[in-house]
Amino acid sequence: MKSEIILPDGLDAIPKLLDRNAREFGDSAASREKEFGIWQSWTWSQVRDEVEALALGLIELGLARGDHVAIIGNNRPHLYWAMTASQSCGAVPVPLYQDSVAEEMAYVLKHCGARFAIVENQEQVDKLLEMSAKIPSLKQIVYLDPRGLRKYDHTTMHPYKDVQKLGLDQADALRGRNKPTLREELASRREALTGDDTCVILYTSGTTGRPKGVVLSNYNIIATAKTSSEFDNLSAEDSVLAYLPMAWVGDFIFSIGQSNWTGFCVSCPESHDTMQHDLREIGPTYFFAPPRFYENLITSVAIRMEDAGGIKRRIYKYFMGVAQTVGGQILDGKSVGPWDRLKYALGNILIYGPLKNTLGLSRVRVGYTAGEAIGPEIFEFYRSLGINLKQLYGQTEAAVFVTQQPDGEVRADTVGVPSTGVELRIDDKGEVFYRSPGVFQVYFKNRKSTAATKDKEGWVATGDAGFIEASTGHLRIIDRAKDVGKMADGSMFAPKYVENKLKFYPNILEAVVFGDGRDKCCAFINIDLSAVGNWAERNNLTYASYQELAGHPEVLAAIQSHVEEVNESIARDEMLSGCQICRFLILHKQLDADDGELTRTQKVRRRIIEENYSDLIKALYDGSQSVFADTEVTYEDGRKGRISATLEIRDARLFSIEKQAAE
Amino acid sequence: MNVMTKSTVTEDGRTIGGVLMAVDNITLRFGGVTAIRGASFDIREGEIRAIIGPNGAGKTSMLNVINGFYHPQEGTITFKGEQRHDMRPHIAATQGIARTFQNVALFKGMSTLDNIMSGRALRMKRNIFWQILYNGPARKEELEHRKYVETIIDFLEIPHIRRTPVGKLPYGLQKRVELGRALAMEPDLLLLDEPMAGMNVEEKEDMSRFIIDINEEFGTTIALIEHDMGVVMDLSDRVVVLDHGDLIADGTPDQVQRNQGVIDAYLGVAHD
Repeated sequence: MKSEIILPDGLDAIPKLLDRNAREFGDSAASREKEFGIWQSWTWSQVRDEVEALALGLIELGLARGDHVAIIGNNRPHLYWAMTASQSCGAVPVPLYQDSVAEEMAYVLKHCGARFAIVENQEQVDKLLEMSAKIPSLKQIVYLDPRGLRKYDHTTMHPYKDVQKLGLDQADALRGRNKPTLREELASRREALTGDDTCVILYTSGTTGRPKGVVLSNYNIIATAKTSSEFDNLSAEDSVLAYLPMAWVGDFIFSIGQSNWTGFCVSCPESHDTMQHDLREIGPTYFFAPPRFYENLITSVAIRMEDAGGIKRRIYKYFMGVAQTVGGQILDGKSVGPWDRLKYALGNILIYGPLKNTLGLSRVRVGYTAGEAIGPEIFEFYRSLGINLKQLYGQTEAAVFVTQQPDGEVRADTVGVPSTGVELRIDDKGEVFYRSPGVFQVYFKNRKSTAATKDKEGWVATGDAGFIEASTGHLRIIDRAKDVGKMADGSMFAPKYVENKLKFYPNILEAVVFGDGRDKCCAFINIDLSAVGNWAERNNLTYASYQELAGHPEVLAAIQSHVEEVNESIARDEMLSGCQICRFLILHKQLDADDGELTRTQKVRRRIIEENYSDLIKALYDGSQSVFADTEVTYEDGRKGRISATLEIRDARLFSIEKQAAE
Repeated sequence: MNVMTKSTVTEDGRTIGGVLMAVDNITLRFGGVTAIRGASFDIREGEIRAIIGPNGAGKTSMLNVINGFYHPQEGTITFKGEQRHDMRPHIAATQGIARTFQNVALFKGMSTLDNIMSGRALRMKRNIFWQILYNGPARKEELEHRKYVETIIDFLEIPHIRRTPVGKLPYGLQKRVELGRALAMEPDLLLLDEPMAGMNVEEKEDMSRFIIDINEEFGTTIALIEHDMGVVMDLSDRVVVLDHGDLIADGTPDQVQRNQGVIDAYLGVAHD
């Protein structure tokens, strides 16, 4: 099985790829970062030197083969280099989610036994120091931004630049008879790396339970990077913006794996808040974002169009209509009449081009969305503009790629065909299994979970229910296997299917639908503060907080009409018509990863929400018209507070199939 | 008044130098109203000095005197070892005193970047004749200033509002931009008039951190007026307390907190 993808000689580890890139593309940009308002860039050979200096310094500080190095911070070139530097030393980088609270971080650090941590700034250092009693293994902290850290105790703490300087200063110093110099030591460690060595450990945020450390080997990463780059013809000419968390497997594959394999440049935004602006300046050709990003973007476009003047609004509406009918077909290279082509070309000048430019997506050649199902309308919106947005289906355990959509076979309701080297299997219960070169080694220190997920032949259970379309060979995912349930009357219950339909409305940020084992479906709704807030401002509604806006009768009425529209569309689907929402309420707070209600990748944690809000769910089902809610919330700095409110419960109109038939 | 000229090292490792500014026996009157009555204290290099007191105690008047905006009828001010005469705010600015205001005083229609750039105006040497040349030395000069301004934008964590007109910004961010403009002057003494007024807890924490970081990173001496006692006690090295124009206490936060006169002034004991 392992011989499926053969890697070229001497290219079986990331540091070796870096060496090759420095030789072959020495003078072209490898990393860019916007700092002080200007894009700073580093060429491949500069990156190699930076990585080398850091690696030397880390060895001097005592980094041993097999050590784990925690990497914590926003996307910064220096932190990406730190990963490669750790690998060069024979150590294993473990990137962590930078917005995790101290306790979550301590769990992961303790679990992987990290001896070194390379972090971005004071914020992260403070979290480590706060938890230092719980993580005795941690010996050295290297930080990037010295601000505010000057008066800290520096016996086990070092500025990044100083570590590099230390490394360079000591590189060729003699260490006594028969002992290698630092530089020789580093070279021998790098040479000793093979495809079987661990490349990275990525902790999955997991919708249930404690995070698990997914161990991926060099072979996993490089083989996947190779096949996926070939699939989309990625080359050194491409460019990406690295803005998704470094702890997420996708970012690792794109910014480390594929970038090192093909030699394309990775750009890091100035800060989280300037991402949209930086995206526009960089104009990436290869772009990845979760559905939520695309949803938010449409929401912001919709808001701005509503604020625009009448003529602009009418032009926009007309040409978006044109795009919706022919845009997707033009992108797929299908035949379209000359009149439509002319209209589309005019629309491109007036609307699509400028819009894509504003969104920063004009140069996107390959765009992907994954992680969650994307609303078909959202998907089509981008495709109709001429942006080659495609879907892929992947997992940390597979080093991302399980299936992906080839150009010309893109549809909103499938996730594509198996990626190169991937075998798929659907078991009798409908769960999807795969086997591929990217399949992870083990869950770190968690034999039980490993055995439960991966069998002896290397087949991995995805936990998703799906089926392969006989006519096209595309995989279709229905829902999480454990979430797909049965209603009391035996009909199928697929909560995500309904939630996604709700979330397409700009006013709705998040929805959670209940109904498994019950006689009817009910829902929690989170409104989108930017969309609803904008609407409130235009209608002269005053509000002081999210909570107040969420409880406003007019907002409730608007959401009710959305719910009823969704019900109507669900009613058309015979298999799922039982999933119509009878009753709903708008939550008094936004679901938040800090409260454990969402994962760090912003996926709903159904079980925890069910537990936390059991009283609200009870009220939804016992027919009461309102319910008092009092909920604990966690602020960004880890402090806790409480929010309470009386929530109104609304009944929504249901639609029957007979009525559909009559129409 | 405790005159110390030797430098000392604080608990957290910062060096506090000699006297940067000495205020000696200042009296300020507006017609029949005496705003400040014979106040004397000093500000030492590298320290964070707070001026506190109840409403109408004369705090802002004191800042305006230091800044050269008000002219005291009696008393002297010595800055960097030189006694000042007939001070004007723009001269104070050239000598290295920068300030922020209680009510934000920014150019509302200009962007964050331009507002902070305006703080560099005093340091620009090239006049309009050079500036009308596109490729002349004025351009190089502007680039250098822009570079400095960018470090401040980075420092205050406001790159996302670089191009936003400040009038559109929330109050807390406007305060930060104003602080940025004062910092752009590379001042020796930074006067902050109620930097946290009207802020919520989170914004106050951010602002406190910026003040500490400015003091630490740039070594700037800071004199601030503030109402929030918790903030003052946490931030400052030494505190001056004014009440109805009188200086009633001067010392470390601990000393001031235990001073009976200060407690009376804040709790409103009748004045004799």
